[in-house]
Amino acid sequence: MDRHAARRAPGGQQVSTQPLTTESRPLSASSAAGRTDPARIRNFCIIAHIDHGKSTLADRMLQLTGVVDARHARAQYLDRMDIERERGITIKAQNVRMPWTSGIDGTEYVLHMIDTPGHVDFTYEVSRSLAACEGAVLLVDAAQGIEAQTLANLYLALENNLTIIPVLNKIDLPAAQPDRYAAEIAHIIGCDPDDVLRVSAKTGQGVDQLLDVVCREIPAPVGEADAPSRAMIFDSVYDIYRGVITYIRVIDGHITPRQRIKMMSTGAVHELLEVGVISPEPLPTQGLSVGEVGYLITGVKDVRLSRVGDTVTDAIKPATTALGGYADPKPMVFSGLFPIDGSDYPLLRDALDRLQLNDAALVYEPESSAALGFGFRCGFLGLLHLEITRDRLEREFNLELISTAPNVVNRVILENGEEQIVTNPSDWPGGGRIAQIFEPIAKCMVIAPSEYIGAIMELCQNRRGTLGGIDYLSESRVELRYTLPLAEIIFDFFDQLKSRTRGYASLDYELAGEQQAELVKVDILLQGEAVDAFSSIIHKDKAFAYGTSMTGKLRKLIPRQQFEVPIQAAIGARVIARENISAIRKDVLAKCYGGDITRKRKLLEKQKEGKKRMKMVGRVEVPQEAFIAALSSDEDVPKK
Amino acid sequence: MPSSLPDGDPAPTDGRLPESALSTLGRTPFGFYVHVPFCTTRCGYCDFNTYTAQELGQGAGSVSQGTYADTVIAEIRMAREILPASTPPVSTVFVGGGTPTLLPAEHLALILREIDAQFGIAPGAEITTEANPETVSQAYLEHLRAAGFTRLSIGMQSAAAHVLQVLDRVHTPGRAQQAVAEARAAGFEHINLDLIYGSPKETDADWQLSLDSAIAAGPDHVSAYALIVEEGTALARQVARGIVPAPDDDVLADRYVQADETLRRAGFDWYEVSNWARTPAAQCAHNMLYWRNHNWWGIGPGAHSHVGGVRWWNVKHPASYAQRLAEAVSPAAGRETLGPDSRLMEHNMLPVRLREGIGISELSQQGLIRAQEAVGRQLIDRQMWDLGRIVLTQRGRLLADAVVRDLVA
Ligand SMILES: Nc1nc2c(ncn2[C@@H]2O[C@H](COP(=O)(O)OP(=O)(O)O)[C@@H](O)[C@H]2O)c(=O)[nH]1
Ligand SMILES: C[S@@+](CC[C@H](N)C(=O)[O-])C[C@H]1O[C@@H](n2cnc3c(N)ncnc32)[C@H](O)[C@@H]1O
Ligand code: SF4
Ligand SMILES: [Mg+2]
Repeated sequence: MDRHAARRAPGGQQVSTQPLTTESRPLSASSAAGRTDPARIRNFCIIAHIDHGKSTLADRMLQLTGVVDARHARAQYLDRMDIERERGITIKAQNVRMPWTSGIDGTEYVLHMIDTPGHVDFTYEVSRSLAACEGAVLLVDAAQGIEAQTLANLYLALENNLTIIPVLNKIDLPAAQPDRYAAEIAHIIGCDPDDVLRVSAKTGQGVDQLLDVVCREIPAPVGEADAPSRAMIFDSVYDIYRGVITYIRVIDGHITPRQRIKMMSTGAVHELLEVGVISPEPLPTQGLSVGEVGYLITGVKDVRLSRVGDTVTDAIKPATTALGGYADPKPMVFSGLFPIDGSDYPLLRDALDRLQLNDAALVYEPESSAALGFGFRCGFLGLLHLEITRDRLEREFNLELISTAPNVVNRVILENGEEQIVTNPSDWPGGGRIAQIFEPIAKCMVIAPSEYIGAIMELCQNRRGTLGGIDYLSESRVELRYTLPLAEIIFDFFDQLKSRTRGYASLDYELAGEQQAELVKVDILLQGEAVDAFSSIIHKDKAFAYGTSMTGKLRKLIPRQQFEVPIQAAIGARVIARENISAIRKDVLAKCYGGDITRKRKLLEKQKEGKKRMKMVGRVEVPQEAFIAALSSDEDVPKK
Repeated sequence: MPSSLPDGDPAPTDGRLPESALSTLGRTPFGFYVHVPFCTTRCGYCDFNTYTAQELGQGAGSVSQGTYADTVIAEIRMAREILPASTPPVSTVFVGGGTPTLLPAEHLALILREIDAQFGIAPGAEITTEANPETVSQAYLEHLRAAGFTRLSIGMQSAAAHVLQVLDRVHTPGRAQQAVAEARAAGFEHINLDLIYGSPKETDADWQLSLDSAIAAGPDHVSAYALIVEEGTALARQVARGIVPAPDDDVLADRYVQADETLRRAGFDWYEVSNWARTPAAQCAHNMLYWRNHNWWGIGPGAHSHVGGVRWWNVKHPASYAQRLAEAVSPAAGRETLGPDSRLMEHNMLPVRLREGIGISELSQQGLIRAQEAVGRQLIDRQMWDLGRIVLTQRGRLLADAVVRDLVA
């Protein structure tokens, strides 16, 4: 599972209803919203790797600009979800408006800082956030150097023609190597090492100069004030009290609270209930004008009605063309989610319904598995999205779940020319009717110390990768570019990468179409009966290894039964691996236990209870734990 | 470390039993178990409720073997007050441990005399004591025999020196067989040898030697138990640290088959999963009380009792046990009154272990279906099934707990 990025779910729930813990002063910057001269606006985001100090820097900026009183500042003001605080990751940050009087020219500017999610699953959302800005602060830990997602997002920012302000953070650290990493950054973006700013978000050193440079370097937004209004949605979150809060950046015209607006992708018209800015609490305003960033509330209760990337326009005087770049979220990774306790199925359904209110990318439909019972086949943007969703279902809804091994979406062309999109191994067309198979591929970027080049190349080779190129970022760090099947990436790739590079490699990837592939479906059979939950679509060269590992794992995980249980891996009718669980021979307490009948009975009762947690596969009793362990990509299977 | 007591309901301080339990007392045989919680050293595998002198400590409030019989007698008298006059005469007494034979023979005799005085011991009753081989002598055994003991159960465990050592046993190979001879000479008609199989480092040949030696000593009863690694014991710690391997279930199954075959050839028939007897009269009548769900009163710390669907157990520590009795308070720590589910479980779990088995009329509809399947899997004897009884095959005995779980599912 990817743990390498600042995380942020499209489903992150925003909590805007908590009591104000700060005194938000009535600032000129916010009171003037709706009438701000675009020439004085600077819209920017911060691109950083997890832990390189984005939240700390944002906190410092809020303090310096007076938006949050130093006395009331609490660490990481902008990261609000508990889960974020706990994990120390950014799932959903916020977008703030700050006033700043430049120390260079004395002008009072309005700064909009827009948060960018940092993970590959949400590349599309990142691209929309970047599209709302004219510039980006590239924040790099002066003791670590640049990491892969940062580089990927940097490239994305450059594609969007953003002005980049390179900054090294944590220069107060004794381990900081600002000269070395300034050279690295200069090499990557093609600037002078002296142009790389040096700050300490912790002590505040250099942050005011950084704000001045933001005002000086980043271009002001341009748009037509008198044209029909057009604003781009770059974020959309569900709040239980207020409904959907939509974050927008105004491109042309005005958005005012009295307006009726139209979503240009669907034509849906909404009444506006509120328009405002965040500074750092929501503050209703008389409107938003060209270049301004703020929020609007329409009372809709489902984020799918207010989609990231869509264009908001006036319902009565609509714009004729939408802003470019809109795309529907497309699930790339599928997995079946099943409640461990079958009676939790309705709870799981309700929970998914609730999450979907806040997660336009989450799709699901009921699925029934012979082995796992009733559940849902869910589609996700990627592995992280899957993990976050699962995590939230378990934490917030108290569900215990089994998830099947994630799989990608394959396109199968049958001999009769028919095309099938397969999102579930159970739907794989059998009987040799397949003419061609296409699988999704991804362009992958790995940054690591150069001593690991060999290990990384070996891993990528193993995963059917094609080398695209190698670049030295500096003498000791390299960037490797590979094209890999997405299916290989979602199968334990990141953990493998980390372990082969002692944790030093970082990874980013983006989807890059499809390729033809020789895939097969491997079934796992217990006593001759296929267990649907274990079926997997896999490259033919890896089928044997998969079959061997799965049958071996299951042999260790399934307790012995009163009869022999053959475990087989098969492609169609051809068995490619087999193991045997020999019949249990002893299951009796053959000891003198005197009169303590109670203890003996309770033991039997407990064992009988345990039987209820078993899933029956034909006549074979399989413990839930065996499913969970067999489906996890973990190599070490605990002994039963 | 002694194992812990079950969770249950609190027991009343006067130990009184509900009328419903007492009213059934006359219907089945009634016995006494007397627990003697002392051992010279603790064997590494043992989690019985027993204590070494060192564990019990010295000085005020400590428990002494010398006064133990008096405490036991106090509980016998308490039992007399609680149980009704309709209580049948005592048909079995079983003194177990711990090591009962650490007490002077005269103390065991006193205990027996008290039971007889209060309840009356039935003619032909079976009176057993357990004995550790190294603790008895011809004279000691004669004393017991004269006091009315009829049966001796000797903890032989193994004939292999290295196995005895692994088990922390203090007796030497041969001593148990010698004790059998002494018991015979003292006039004991019924003698049992306890054996343990599956100990670390025990081989098939070691086990065969133990079986052959036990048979050659001439007892009329053999108990063979699979070594169980009980939680909290020294053995469990050794297994956890990887110093000795845990007994392997397949090996234990092999050893069981080896025991069953060897004993059968020597003229012993199994009558309970772990018990073999040369004749029906040699079967341990007291143990049959347990398997048949009859009534008994367990005397002593940690002892368990059953009367008419009520099970209870005494406080574990000998000191708190003695203190309770000194204050004329019931030593019972907890009890349970069996509900229909528990009764059903026990009605299957207990007698299914016996050669006499269960009548199929005792099973539920679902149980019958499961039993039929078990016949098919050769766990239940087909001939006996046709005669309307559930009797386990040798394979079925080794899977007895699984069969019970199926029958009550
Ligand atoms: N010494 C030092 N530590 C910093 C600095 N900036 C951030 N940190 C620490 O680095 C860690 C990660 O910072 P955070 O702002 O949460 O990073 P984010 O994941 O990018 O939001 C935290 O422990 C911060 O206290 C800095 O300038 N100097
Ligand atoms: C109440 S015990 C002890 C009797 C006596 N003190 C002795 O050790 O000879 C009765 C029998 O239970 C058996 N036993 C005790 N602990 C055991 C264990 N952990 N596993 C298997 N059998 C055990 C031994 O065979 C022992 O003889
Ligand atoms: S002598 Fe018997 S009761 Fe005492 S510790 Fe050893 S096995 Fe347990
Ligand atoms: Mg953060």
